[in-house]
Amino acid sequence: MSVHGLSRSQQRSDRLARRRAVNRLMETLAWLSAALAVAVLGVVVWSVAARGAGALNLDLLTKPPVPFSLTPVKQGVANAFAGTIVIVGLATAMALPVGILVAIYVNEFARPAARSGITLALDVLNGVPAIVIGIFVFGLLVVGRGQSGLAGAFALACLMLPLVARSTMEVLSLVPSSLREASLALGVPRWRTTLSIVLPQTIGGVLTGTTLAVARIAGETAPLLFTSSIVGTQVSWDPHRALQTVPVAIFELSESPDPADHARAWAAALVLLVFILFASLGARWLATRSRRKLGAAR
Amino acid sequence: MTKEPEDVSTTIEPTVRVETRRQPMPPRERLERVFQIENLTASYGPKPAIRNVSLDVYKNLVTAIIGPSGCGKSTFIRCLNRMNDLIPHFRQTGTIRYHGQDILARDVDPVAVRRTIGMVFQRPNPFPKSIYDNVAWGLKVLGMRDDLDGRVERALTQAALWDEVKDRLKASALSLSGGQQQRLCIARAIAVEPDVVLMDEPASALDPIATQAIEQLMHDLKRSYSIVIVTHNMQQAARVADMTAFFSISTGEEGERFGELVEYDATEKIFTAPADRRTEDYVTGRFG
Repeated sequence: MSVHGLSRSQQRSDRLARRRAVNRLMETLAWLSAALAVAVLGVVVWSVAARGAGALNLDLLTKPPVPFSLTPVKQGVANAFAGTIVIVGLATAMALPVGILVAIYVNEFARPAARSGITLALDVLNGVPAIVIGIFVFGLLVVGRGQSGLAGAFALACLMLPLVARSTMEVLSLVPSSLREASLALGVPRWRTTLSIVLPQTIGGVLTGTTLAVARIAGETAPLLFTSSIVGTQVSWDPHRALQTVPVAIFELSESPDPADHARAWAAALVLLVFILFASLGARWLATRSRRKLGAAR
Repeated sequence: MTKEPEDVSTTIEPTVRVETRRQPMPPRERLERVFQIENLTASYGPKPAIRNVSLDVYKNLVTAIIGPSGCGKSTFIRCLNRMNDLIPHFRQTGTIRYHGQDILARDVDPVAVRRTIGMVFQRPNPFPKSIYDNVAWGLKVLGMRDDLDGRVERALTQAALWDEVKDRLKASALSLSGGQQQRLCIARAIAVEPDVVLMDEPASALDPIATQAIEQLMHDLKRSYSIVIVTHNMQQAARVADMTAFFSISTGEEGERFGELVEYDATEKIFTAPADRRTEDYVTGRFG
């Protein structure tokens, strides 16, 4: 009896040791994966910074490119920065109001069936490859009319819409329903309740979502190749013409035979990367701030 | 705030003391009816909440709804201003006649209903605006812009809050204590001059002193408004209400549980000589 009991506890401690080993193995694997993810970002940032920092100067941001010059001249990709500002700005102006209205409809007015349907549609739209959006807008706006900054902005707006709508939906759902009830119980119509009571609570969250979406679309290349890539070298702010953009410029410069162009491509990539990094940090900061504010209102 | 001296020593038995300083009620047939509720049945999807509730609510009285948790008190009171319309899958049948007009009818706009039937909620829910704007916002939106300052002051005075906040009207409403916030919510509700004020457990999140202030307020407010209050505190119902309705949970044929009206009568009657055994068990503390 006692021998039997001993062997059993022996068995048990064997099993315990195995479980502990498996646990340690899984923990190590998870840690390595996390480290790998951070390392990928680190390597990307480091290699872009190492190669781009040398060509990074004020000329890059302020001077247009000079093609076919035999003597070295001061040049940059100012046209691309101008174009990106115009196109991303226009895309935001298109996607932001529509995205907010979609979120308001889904969160405040839609029946449960419509709500899940639209949510699914937004998630699918978010998953549509950017190049597919590019072809779609090419067929819709570019064929017969030619490329334009507007067409590019529209393509980017299509990519931005689900991002803005989903993040706005998320903050709308954080607004306590007791606030809506307080307003409705006064006999205030729903649209007025939404506009004056609910929406002001979400400004921080909407800004966060928009910032992240801007950071995301600022680096999109594929849709712009179809819609706004056949461009001149002068700086232009006119969205009716095709405008150069930073990602497309990086793509084109990297195909050039001139090594100086390669350096400029890296430098432009570094600027884009830094912008996205700061936008993401800013978005995080806005998000924690608005969460805290909403928490206080609860 | 002046407090009337209260005689506490007379509470011996049963657990609930009925105050005698309440004015005697005129015979009910002579009272004007604000609500005539007939066979009100409500459900959330397939889950029944209340069945066949019929009762009349009288003008310038405080009507209390009491009963155990889950008996449909809140569902009932939220039917009276169509607040449940906001809940998906909510269904209600029967009639609620408000001054003779059925407010559950298809062509009735719930916004118009809520305009004259105000509501105060269980937890204070001031807007994240200033104290002044909490009261003034509703007035502005509803077009009552004349003498805005005067209206705000009168509402805050009626809600017994004016003296405490008159020097900091621009301060955030969220800086007030829970009891002050709830009185602010009452001020907000009465500022837009409703006809009825519905209160869904208005003191359940408050401490005893704030509760006393709210109860005192109800005595004053019923001169101008008709009040319906949901409470799970029987003493509170006994203190403030003229009429009391007792709701209980019943089990239907298929085992579903729903709330129903057991007894509705003058508060004194409900607490001293209830007609139904279930009411007696509840008010004497044997059940619930």
